[in-house]
Amino acid sequence: MRKRFVLRFGQLLLWGLLLAAAVQAQPLTAPDRQPAVQPITPPPSMGLGLPLPQAQIDRFSITIFPDGRNLPPGQGSVAQGARLYQAQCAACHGDTGIEGPAARLAGSDGFFGWSDPLRVLRIRSNPLLVVSVGARWPYATTLFDYVRRAMPHHAPKSLTDEAVYALTAYLLHLNDLVPSTAVMNREALLRVSMPGLAKTVSAWPTQP
Amino acid sequence: MTFPTGRQGLPTHRRRFLGSGLAMGMAALGEVATAAAPPQPLASRMPDSMKTLGGTDLAYGQPSVHEQSVQRVAHPSTAQTAGFAIWRTPLQHQRGIITPSGLHFSVHHNALPEMAPDRHELMVHGLVQRPLRFDLERLLRYPMVSRIHFLECAGNSAANALSPTAMNQTLGDLAGEVSCAEWTGVPLSYLLHEAGLKEGATWVVAEGADGGSHSRSLPLSALLKDGFVALYQNGERLRPSQGYPMRLFMPGWEGNVNVKWLHRLEVTDQPAYTKDESGLYTQVLDNGQIERFAFHMDVKSVITHPSGLQTLPEARGFYEIGGLAWSGHGRIAKVEVSVDGGKSWALAQLHAPVLDRAFTRFTLPWQWDGKKATLMSRATDEHGRGQPSRSEWKRKYAMQSFHHYNAVQAWRVGTDGRVENVYA
Repeated sequence: MRKRFVLRFGQLLLWGLLLAAAVQAQPLTAPDRQPAVQPITPPPSMGLGLPLPQAQIDRFSITIFPDGRNLPPGQGSVAQGARLYQAQCAACHGDTGIEGPAARLAGSDGFFGWSDPLRVLRIRSNPLLVVSVGARWPYATTLFDYVRRAMPHHAPKSLTDEAVYALTAYLLHLNDLVPSTAVMNREALLRVSMPGLAKTVSAWPTQP
Repeated sequence: MTFPTGRQGLPTHRRRFLGSGLAMGMAALGEVATAAAPPQPLASRMPDSMKTLGGTDLAYGQPSVHEQSVQRVAHPSTAQTAGFAIWRTPLQHQRGIITPSGLHFSVHHNALPEMAPDRHELMVHGLVQRPLRFDLERLLRYPMVSRIHFLECAGNSAANALSPTAMNQTLGDLAGEVSCAEWTGVPLSYLLHEAGLKEGATWVVAEGADGGSHSRSLPLSALLKDGFVALYQNGERLRPSQGYPMRLFMPGWEGNVNVKWLHRLEVTDQPAYTKDESGLYTQVLDNGQIERFAFHMDVKSVITHPSGLQTLPEARGFYEIGGLAWSGHGRIAKVEVSVDGGKSWALAQLHAPVLDRAFTRFTLPWQWDGKKATLMSRATDEHGRGQPSRSEWKRKYAMQSFHHYNAVQAWRVGTDGRVENVYA
């Protein structure tokens, strides 16, 4: 009698546990937490970094800031830039900077333009043609920064600083932002006003 | 089960099953005299794989030759723009939430640089107390964290954003610039605190060692909180396509800021407005304003099967609708699926683990009645953010803007079982 009771109680307990386990295994939607990347207080320093000498910093500081920081000495004219453009840039960016196939350098931002009736077809195969440098970029310093570090595409950093100033002058002229007689150097570049700046809104607060 | 891309009528295994069932049924009735016939010799009644020793394995394992068609698809480019390469993940073939490293998407602006790991250094300078350089051997000794996160290009789904008519392509072609992996690396806070931050430090310009020296400006506060230098992906060292030997990783942020082949961090007091903060990776709003520094990827979901250019093999019957959802702000809270073009919605099942800023797998059983159907999914994250319809998304932006497209994706299933991309 007692044995049967124990057996019965044991069976009930087992079923109860199994049921509890089954219920526990249900939630497929329970969110799983990943631990935070780092603890609240900064960890003690590992101290494995080696000193970075100033000479190496100077060698690698190619970021040009909107306030002109890191702009090198030198100058270049629109006329010089026009010659360089035909030799180094037109093959990819087109004769007037809008034909592509590489990114559009001039012209209005958007699909339609009376000057280029084939634009819609071009954009279907090369979406980069939608975006225009002159219409969208907020600072002229970025033109200098990018041409110097990345262009031409197949031989980046092969241009002299003077050539980059000249090409920058020409690209600004292609966008009707400087006259054909303009000469770009550090000071002149900082005086150029780009239409994209006034239209800029930031999704991240850029002022403290 | 991957739905085939051609219709073949009743699958052969079904015919075989029906045939053998009939024979078994007749035998059971005892109608047929069953004189015991001698059994066939073993070798003649077994498949080839069971009769031979088999071939050798490989030191670095590969998928079966029968799965060779499952590959990333490259966006066709001209000779002049070959350095700008887009490799899309075939999401329609993926199950679970981890994208294998070999199938992880990539967008390269200047192709793949050849990196020499013994010479590579990560430089930290600018508004710091101690400018530092870290070689790989030392960096690999730092404590590391592992996180599962999605990575998505801000230009993902550009075709759906820009094309006036829905392009008939696979899911991979339409939305394959997103993947999810386990990333392991050193938190940026360890390195930046070791260098010591100076007064006024608010931004960091991160630069890669590729031909175009890709660079982006990032807010310091976010980098300290969430950023890390990823050295491993899915358990092994980062691959060249993903930025070997190291890349910056910012969970939930647009792919472009996760600088590959990272080599320099310049701490500063202002953004540099690099080329990829000036033209691309900006949005033109409906009022003509140009929005910059929209770092977060929004809530998004896609049904991976059935999806574009697939064909449901059998008219009517059970199918499991499956898909992926993700949010750059947190965890997915729910995914709803419609099979009638948005008239009614059902809550899909979310599969564990449901992780912060990572792919979440969802499924819904579906009894297809053979009629035309329009399948859609819409996700909501834990902060209540959801997905707009395509027309709602288009209204927010100027016609030529295509970044951060996260509208609901719709698939039309025809009566012939063919699945195609539609705008709904």
